[in-house]
Amino acid sequence: MRNRDLTPSEKSQATFEPRIVAFFCNWCTYLAADLAGTSRMKYAPNVRVIRVMCSGRVDPQFVLDAFAHGADGVFIGGCHPGDCHYQEGNYKTLRRFHLLKRVLQQMGIEDERCRLEWISAAEAERVRSTINDMVEKVRALGPLDLIPTEEKVSAEEVAV
Amino acid sequence: MPEIPSSAIESSRERPRIGVYVCHCGTNIAGIVDVRAIVEFAAKLPGVVVSRDYKYMCSDPGQALIQQDIAEHHLNRVIVASCSPLLHEATFRRVLSRAGLNAFLLQMVNIREHVSWVHLNQREATEKTKDLVRAAVRRVSLHKPLQKRRVSINPHVLVVGGGIAGIHAALTLAEAGKQVYLVEREPTIGGHMAKFDKTFPTLDCAACILTPKMTAVGSHPRIHLWTYSEVVRVEGYVGNYKVKVRRKPRYVIEDLCLGCQECVTACVYKEAKNPDEFNLGLSKRKPVYLPFPQAVPQKVVIDPQTCIQFKSGKCKKTCVEACGDRKAIDFTQKETIEDIEVGTIILATGFKTFDPVRNPYYGYGRYANVYTSLEVERLINASGPTAGEIVLRDGGQPKAVGIIHCVGSRDANTNRWCSKVCCMYSLKLAHLIKERTGAEVYNFYIDMRTPGKGYEEFYDRLLDEGVHFVRGRVAEVSDWATHPSEKGRLVIRVEDTLAAFVRRIPVDMVVLSVGMEPQPDAQDVRRLFNISCSTEGWFLERHPKLAPVSTFTEGVYIAGACQGPKDIPDSVAQAGAAAAEAMALIDAQFVELEPYTAFISEDQCSGCKTCIPLCPYQAISYMEEKKKAAINEVLCKGCGTCVAGCPSGSIQQNFFEDEEIFEEIEGVLAYA
Repeated sequence: MRNRDLTPSEKSQATFEPRIVAFFCNWCTYLAADLAGTSRMKYAPNVRVIRVMCSGRVDPQFVLDAFAHGADGVFIGGCHPGDCHYQEGNYKTLRRFHLLKRVLQQMGIEDERCRLEWISAAEAERVRSTINDMVEKVRALGPLDLIPTEEKVSAEEVAV
Repeated sequence: MPEIPSSAIESSRERPRIGVYVCHCGTNIAGIVDVRAIVEFAAKLPGVVVSRDYKYMCSDPGQALIQQDIAEHHLNRVIVASCSPLLHEATFRRVLSRAGLNAFLLQMVNIREHVSWVHLNQREATEKTKDLVRAAVRRVSLHKPLQKRRVSINPHVLVVGGGIAGIHAALTLAEAGKQVYLVEREPTIGGHMAKFDKTFPTLDCAACILTPKMTAVGSHPRIHLWTYSEVVRVEGYVGNYKVKVRRKPRYVIEDLCLGCQECVTACVYKEAKNPDEFNLGLSKRKPVYLPFPQAVPQKVVIDPQTCIQFKSGKCKKTCVEACGDRKAIDFTQKETIEDIEVGTIILATGFKTFDPVRNPYYGYGRYANVYTSLEVERLINASGPTAGEIVLRDGGQPKAVGIIHCVGSRDANTNRWCSKVCCMYSLKLAHLIKERTGAEVYNFYIDMRTPGKGYEEFYDRLLDEGVHFVRGRVAEVSDWATHPSEKGRLVIRVEDTLAAFVRRIPVDMVVLSVGMEPQPDAQDVRRLFNISCSTEGWFLERHPKLAPVSTFTEGVYIAGACQGPKDIPDSVAQAGAAAAEAMALIDAQFVELEPYTAFISEDQCSGCKTCIPLCPYQAISYMEEKKKAAINEVLCKGCGTCVAGCPSGSIQQNFFEDEEIFEEIEGVLAYA
């Protein structure tokens, strides 16, 4: 790579650091992320975690708001099916997630940019590997270019 | 419920005056995150009046610093960027309360577990911290004063598991005047300890110290002992649990059985034919039996799998005849479900020993004279199948015995953890075997681990007694003789890592020092009581050091080996600790719950009823006359699922309001 000139898109790819917003439930995934810390596991610094009591609290609007404000990816972490601290909040999350995915698809937001994972309090390793994997995948996709679209369209219209 | 003073509400509506406090945590945070840069960054954020760093924010001077600033600078919001909120949120909330601020005007930023401990690059870690601090500053401006909810505590306690931990916890609580329900799955209490002969390092007999406690449990007026029973359902919350217990039929009416065992003698089976579970199959029992002579309760049990009456219905029922007027035997007994209400729960469900069939190279199950350590405990036990005589399966006495340590422990192929007790019990078995048979005893160990009061001294004693110690993990146990002295014996092949060569040691008996594992149904039990497990499957404590017997579910405590491998003294200590934790709650008479409940703004509610089926606690009802939904705050547990599901946005969750979370999202993303 270093030996040849980079094209402009490759250049932005090389310096691009994805911004990922995560919503972790208080009882499983947030604890797993704490455990990753106490176990001194190392992972990519691109994720910003927002704590909610249950993944069921994650309103699809939160995900859309994150994308609208410049997130390149959104990661929702909840307890495994059957393990929800509130009995079944994670099933509700899953139901909403399927619908949300279709909306995101119609908006042209790639599948890998929004992820739902079940990670128990013991699975620190999965926090590490999921974050690293997601950062790599989103990095490969490049920045989510949502905001300037309006400007681009109007510019094109003017050109016509 | 106490009202929030109107002055508190007023002050929270004033323009935010925020104090930001960044903790170094020694070098834990400051070693990676540029703390000074964060302080300077935070100082420029809108609403921030004070921004400081300190070496240990949670220490007394750290807390005093915040308290002083609140008074001096009239702060009405506080941010602490330090460790996980799960560790010190309560600490810093108390600081706010002491300073006269509502505790919920605090926001924690987790920059230790989520930043400094998981990232290596200072610039990246510092940037991430800035984003998180910015989000917290934006969020905290919207925080409202909240009040914790008070609920009363039912003083009754449920203890699950009747091993030494459960027994000790139950007795401690009952002695303190609490009503205790002790539920045990087996027909008798006693657990693993009842199977042991002697205990290390004092070599006092396990039965002599355990059976008096068992009897005390059985006769205690405040302990409801339910053996042969299992918890099947748990509902409710701290202080107010509703529990269903299934009592399996023992086909003997407990209140009428005197434990005379005349029925056992009279059973149509003259000879006992069925493997005795208590003796791990080393002896036989009849279909009607007393689990072991010191069983508590002293009540027989009938095994329907092997009893002729259950199999064919054509038994002469000599047992019923022998029981006579006492009429304790009842073949029609059905399982019953008992409903109880308790305020706190202690789980002491214990462990299982590793099944060495999983290590086929040690020949367990293939060679008759390869035993597990637990089987040898029974052989050595004076009330065991051989009345304490150590004999081989053919009745002969062993001349040489090999004890293999770390079977199913410290092994990448099976369990990675150290089971903690095996070195010591192997030493104990070595001593007892040598004492009773005069055999040559070889210990094959990886490391000798004897941390504990009097443990190392016991090891020294064994070295003096002439027990052999070979350092090395045994490769294989076989009956493949290469020399006449090995004929008909078991050969242990091991690399002696101190002498640096491979040895073949012929022995007559092999003892596998099996490690401890979580119970096979630990995952089901965990779900039942809504607690978590560690990666290995042990019940997870709230904090490994500061809350070792608490769980993430309030009012549920853990004690003994269900939390991780431990010996008898540690199990008893934990049981005492769990009992004390339960008592602390009971004696306080009430507990404060987080105020994270959901509430409905009636003006906006369209009465669509979407939220009603979303609530797993039936906390939402529909008011017919108003055509609106209503949330019962007492039943709401604060998950927020209905909030996310409300199409009109008329449900909000305290401390997790939509606007607060939107600010947090936009805050982490508002980088320049």
